Amino acid sequence: MSESDENRLAAALARLDAAGDVSEVEAVRIDALGKQGWISQALKTLGTMDPEARAAAAPRIQALRAELSDAIAAKKDALEAAELSARLAAETIDLTLPAPEAPRGTIHPVSQVMDELAEIFADMGFAVATGPEIEDGWHNFTALNMPESHPARAMHDTFYFPDRNAAGEEMLLRTHTSPVQIRAMQEQGAPLRIIAPGRVYRSDSDATHTPMFHQIEGLVIDKGIHLGHLKWTLETFLRAFFERDDVTLRLRPSYFPFTEPSVEVDVGYSLVNGKRVIGGSEGWMEVLGSGMVNRRVIAAAGLDPDEWQGFAFGTGVDRLAMLKYGMDDLRAFFDGDVRWLAHYGFAALDVPTLSAGVGVAA
Amino acid sequence: MKVALSWLKHFLDTDASVEEIARTLNAIGLEVEGVEDPAEKLAGFRIARVLTAARHPDADKLQVLTVDTGEGDPLQVVCGAPNARAGLVGVLGLPGAVVPANGMVLKKSAIRGAESNGMMCSTRELELGDDHDGIIELPEDAPVGTPFAEYRGADPVIDIAITPNRPDCMGVEGIARDLAAAGIGTFKPHRAEHQAGSFPCPVEIRTDDPAGCPAFYGRVIRGVSNGASPDWMQSRLIAAGQRPISALVDITNYVMLAFGRPAHAYDLARLSGAVVARKARDGESVTALNGKEYTLDPTMTVIADDAGVHDIAGIMGGEHSGCTETTRDVLLEVAFFDPEHIAATGRKLGLTSDARSRFERGVDPQFLDPGLDILTDLVLRICGGEASEIVRAGAPPVAKKVVAYDPTLAATLGGVVIAEDEQRRTLEALGFTVDRNWNVTVPGWRPDVDGAPDIVEEVVRIHGLDRIESVPLPRPAGVARPTATAAQKLERRVRRAAAARGAHEAVTWSFLPQAEAAHFILRQAKDGRTMGENATAQTDGAMGDPASAHAEPVEAGALAQAWTLANPISEDMKIMRPSLLPGLLMAARRNLDRGAAGLRLFELGRRYLRAPDGASDERLTLGLVLAGEKTPRGWASGKAQSFDAYDAKAEALALLAAAGAPVENLQVMQEAGPQFHPGQSATLRLGPKTVLARFGMLHPATLKAFDIDAPVAAVELFLDAIPVRKAAGGPSTGLRTSFARAAYAPPALQAVTRDFAFLVPAETPAGDMVRAVKGADKASIVAARVFDDFRGAGVPEGRKSLAIEVVLQPIDKSFTDAELKAISDRIVAAAAKLGAELRG
Repeated sequence: MSESDENRLAAALARLDAAGDVSEVEAVRIDALGKQGWISQALKTLGTMDPEARAAAAPRIQALRAELSDAIAAKKDALEAAELSARLAAETIDLTLPAPEAPRGTIHPVSQVMDELAEIFADMGFAVATGPEIEDGWHNFTALNMPESHPARAMHDTFYFPDRNAAGEEMLLRTHTSPVQIRAMQEQGAPLRIIAPGRVYRSDSDATHTPMFHQIEGLVIDKGIHLGHLKWTLETFLRAFFERDDVTLRLRPSYFPFTEPSVEVDVGYSLVNGKRVIGGSEGWMEVLGSGMVNRRVIAAAGLDPDEWQGFAFGTGVDRLAMLKYGMDDLRAFFDGDVRWLAHYGFAALDVPTLSAGVGVAA
Repeated sequence: MKVALSWLKHFLDTDASVEEIARTLNAIGLEVEGVEDPAEKLAGFRIARVLTAARHPDADKLQVLTVDTGEGDPLQVVCGAPNARAGLVGVLGLPGAVVPANGMVLKKSAIRGAESNGMMCSTRELELGDDHDGIIELPEDAPVGTPFAEYRGADPVIDIAITPNRPDCMGVEGIARDLAAAGIGTFKPHRAEHQAGSFPCPVEIRTDDPAGCPAFYGRVIRGVSNGASPDWMQSRLIAAGQRPISALVDITNYVMLAFGRPAHAYDLARLSGAVVARKARDGESVTALNGKEYTLDPTMTVIADDAGVHDIAGIMGGEHSGCTETTRDVLLEVAFFDPEHIAATGRKLGLTSDARSRFERGVDPQFLDPGLDILTDLVLRICGGEASEIVRAGAPPVAKKVVAYDPTLAATLGGVVIAEDEQRRTLEALGFTVDRNWNVTVPGWRPDVDGAPDIVEEVVRIHGLDRIESVPLPRPAGVARPTATAAQKLERRVRRAAAARGAHEAVTWSFLPQAEAAHFILRQAKDGRTMGENATAQTDGAMGDPASAHAEPVEAGALAQAWTLANPISEDMKIMRPSLLPGLLMAARRNLDRGAAGLRLFELGRRYLRAPDGASDERLTLGLVLAGEKTPRGWASGKAQSFDAYDAKAEALALLAAAGAPVENLQVMQEAGPQFHPGQSATLRLGPKTVLARFGMLHPATLKAFDIDAPVAAVELFLDAIPVRKAAGGPSTGLRTSFARAAYAPPALQAVTRDFAFLVPAETPAGDMVRAVKGADKASIVAARVFDDFRGAGVPEGRKSLAIEVVLQPIDKSFTDAELKAISDRIVAAAAKLGAELRG
C-alpha cells in the first residue's frame, strides 16, 4: 500500500469526522469516489496493470473504497438521525393537556336489571312476554278472579280512563303485570314459562311509592307443577341475581285473588354497616308475592284447569335494583338527573352474561 | 286488627308466649305487623302513696306532695291535680320515664321554685283512658312500690294484618281458632245462653229488599241504663283502637271485634212505625254517625222507619237514632247484608267502616242467632233491662258448601306430603267437617273456601310452608335455548348503542301534563294518521299524497285523541305520552336548571296511541335530546360548540343501523312536525310513507313552551316501523337462523376515483344530486360522496358549488380512457337534469 493513499484516506476520514452537514460529506465523497476522485482514479489504473500487479493492487484499492464508502454512509445516517432528533425535539407537545373527551353514556338501572333477569330466567327456560300498559278491566281484574265487587279491586288504587273498549270494558292503567299471564296463556297455550317485566301504575305517591313503577311477573303452566317448584324457582333466581349462595327464603301464607294457595315470600338479610344486605337471616323483608295459579284464572285464559296447573310470582324490579345496587330513593329513578344516571347507570358494555355473572361489581 | 293478648286468651287456653304466638300467626298467614307491650310503655311508673299534701307557696293550683315510693326516703313531687291528697294511692312516674301520651321524658326539676322528683299521672297521660280530671286513684291496698305495669297486668297488643279473604279473623275468636288449629293451645268458643224473651217485640221488623238484606233479626230490650261500659270491655276496645262511647255502643263494637259480627243498636224512642230494610229512594239522604250527610240512590240498601232512613245498611248507622245516655229502650239489629251490595254502596259513597269491611268480605250467615244471643246477654248484664222476643225477618243464605277433596293434592299442588289423619285433624280444628270420602263441608265463617285448592291451602299453611322442599323445575337436556324475540333483541341493541354513543338512558313518567302533551299532539292528518303513526310496519311503497302527513299544531279535538286519565294523581300526570320527546325535554330542563351545560339523554319506551277497537296501541319508540353544549370550550377546539341538526342526523342513522334498519335505502324528507325548526329538521323514510325517524333542531316555540333557553337537537325513532328482517330468525319466527355470510369476493381490480364540481341552484338538495350521480351508471359507480358545498366568491348568486367524489369499480378489465369519458359524460348529463353544470 502506498504511503500517500494511506494518508489521503486518513485525511478523508478526518474530514468526514469533522463534517457538520450532508454537503460536507458529499464533498468528501466527490473528492474520493467521484468520477475524478482519487480512489476512482486509482481504480482506473488497475486496467492498465499486468495481471500480477493487478492482483496485488486490486484488494488494496477496493479496501480503500469500501472503508471510505462505509464511513460516508455511517456519517450520513448519523447526520440524518441527529437532524430527525432535532426536528422531533422541536415538535414536543404538552401531553398534560387534556385529550378530546368522548361522552360517556349509561344504561338505566331498571333496564340493566331487566336484562339481568331475562338472562337468569332464560337459563331456566323462561321467555320474556309483554302486554299493553293501558289495559281493560277484564284482563287486569276480572280474568284474575277479581270481579267488579271484589274488595281487592278497590284496594288497587287504579288509574282509570273515561274510555271503554269495543267489548265495553273499562280502560285503565294496569296495576300489575299479571294481565300478561292471561294474554300469554291465551296466545301461547300450555305448557308455558314466561317472565313479564314492565311498567305498572298505582295511584299512590309518597317517599317509597311512585305512581309508576316496574314489576316482573313469572308464570309456569305445566303438568304436575307444585309449590316445591315455586320455592326452587324463586330460590334459584334470587341466588343467581344476588350472586350469593346464602340467600334464604321464608314462605308465609297470604292472599291474592289470582293464586290459591297464595304465598308471600320473605328474603333473609343481614346487616352490614347498618345497611340491609340480602343473604343470611338476621331479619326478613317481604320481596315477592306468589302462589299456585287459581283454577279460575287458568279457565279464564282458556285452558283446562283439570289438565294444567302452575305457579305465578311477582316482584318489583325497582326494588330488586335498589336491594342489589344500593339506591335508596325510588323517586330518583324517574327524574332523569344525569348526575344520578352517571352514578347509578351502567356502561353499554356491561351486558349481563351467565359466564361473567349477571351483576356488575361496584 | 289489634288484639290484646288477654282478649285472645279469652278464646284460647294457652301458655304460649306472645313471641311464640306472633311467630305462629306469621306462619299461618295472619301477618303480625307489630307487638306492643304496655309493660315497656309503662316502664318507670310505679305505685306510690301520697303521705302529705300542702299548698305550693307560689302557685294557687299546685300542691307539694311527699310521696312514698316503697323504697328509700319519701320524694317531693309537685302536682296540679285537684284530687291529690294525703292517703291517695296512685301512679308515680320517676325521672327517666317516658309519658306515653306525649313522649315527654320525666326529669328532676323545679316547678315555680319547688323541687319535683316525678309526676303523679292521670289515665290519659298513660294512654289508659280519657280521664284527665285528676290523677289515678288506686285501691287503698294497692302494693306501694310495685311497677304499675305489673300491678295492672301486662297485656301485650298484637297488630295483625288480615287478608281480605279472612272475614272470620276480623274477630278475635276466629284468630284464636286458627291458632288452636296450629297447635297453640285449646280453642274456647264463646256462646251465650239463649234468652227467649218475656214479651212480644213491640216494633214491626221487615225486609223489603231480600237481595240486599236477605235476613234482618231484631229484638227490643227495654229499661236499660246506658252508662259507661265496664273497665274490662273498655280496655279491650282501647287496645283494639276503639274509643269507648257508651255501654250500648261499646257492646256492639265489642261483638263486632270479638266475633267479626257487626250489629246495630237503635234508640227505640227515636223510631216511629215499622223498621224496614229497603232500597233507598232517589235523593234520600241520611246523616251518618261520622256527622257527614250522604245522598243515597235506589241501588243502596237502608234501614228506615216511617220517618226516614236511619242506617246505611251494613256500613254506618245514622246520627238521629243512635243510642245516647238517655236511651231507655233499645232495638238490636243483627242482619245479613249481601257482600256485593255492600261493596258497591261503600264504593259509591266513598265510605269505609269496620262494619263495611266485614260485610263486604262476608260475615257468617249462620251466626245471626248466636250473635243476637251474645248481644242480648251483654246488654242485660251490663245495662240491665228486659228482652223481648226475637223477630226474624227473611232468612240468611245458609246453604252448606261441600268440597270434594283429594288428600293427595297436598303433595301434587302444595308440594308437601301430609298424612291423611293430620289433614283431617287440621280441617276439623278449623271447623270443617270431613266425611269418610273426603267430602269437606265448609263452615259458614269461611266464605273464601270453595274449591279443593282452598282446602290444600288450609292444610299446608297449618302444616307449615317452611316444610315444603324445593324441587327443581324439569330442565330440557343441553344448553338453555335462546328465548328473546326479534323485537326484544332490537330493543337491547338500540339501547346499548345509544349508551355507547354517549347518551344517558332516562326513564320518565308515562304520563304528561296537559300543556306539554298538547304541544306534541298533532291534528289528525287527512288519512287519519298523525306523525309516527305509520299504517303498518311494512308499506307497499305506493305513493300517497305527500301532504297527508302534514301536521299542524294541536287543536282541542286532537287532544281528545290522547289517552287522558279520569283520576290523575295530579294535573302534571294526566295524559299518556304520544311521543317520548316531551318527557325528555322536561328532564332536560331540570338538568339545565341544575347547571348542566350539555346533555345527551335518551329513553326507550312506548308511546300510546289508540287502536280502532278501543284498545291501546303502544309502540316502541326511542327519543333522544341533545341539549346545550356538544363540546365545552377547549384549548384545542376553541369556543363551546352547540349541537346541530347534523348531530341529530348522525344519531338517528347510527341508531337505526343498530336497530337493523336498511339505512342505505332511507330517504331524507320534510315534515318532522311543527315542534321542529322548519328549515333544520327532516324525516327518514323507507319509501315515501313509512317514517322511521324524525330529527333536527327543535322549534324556538317548542323550547319556549318547555322553558328551555339552550338550543336542542332531538331525534325520535319509530322502532315499530322498522321492517322485521326475515333473516333475523329466532324462536318467535320459527325460522332457522342463518349464520353463514355471503362469500367474500373483493373486486380484483382497483377502483378509480373521479371528482366533479357542479354549479347547482342553491335550493337543490345535495342528496338529490348524489342520487342522480349514482344513478348515471349503476354498473360502474359504487359510491358518490359530497366533499364540498361552497357558496360565495366565484359562485354566481343563487347557486352553490357541490363537489362530488365518485368511485368507479371496474369488473373484468380496467377502464379505457374512452369508457371513463363516457361515464363522465353520463354523470354530467344526469346532473344537468337537476339544473347542474360542470364547473370549468
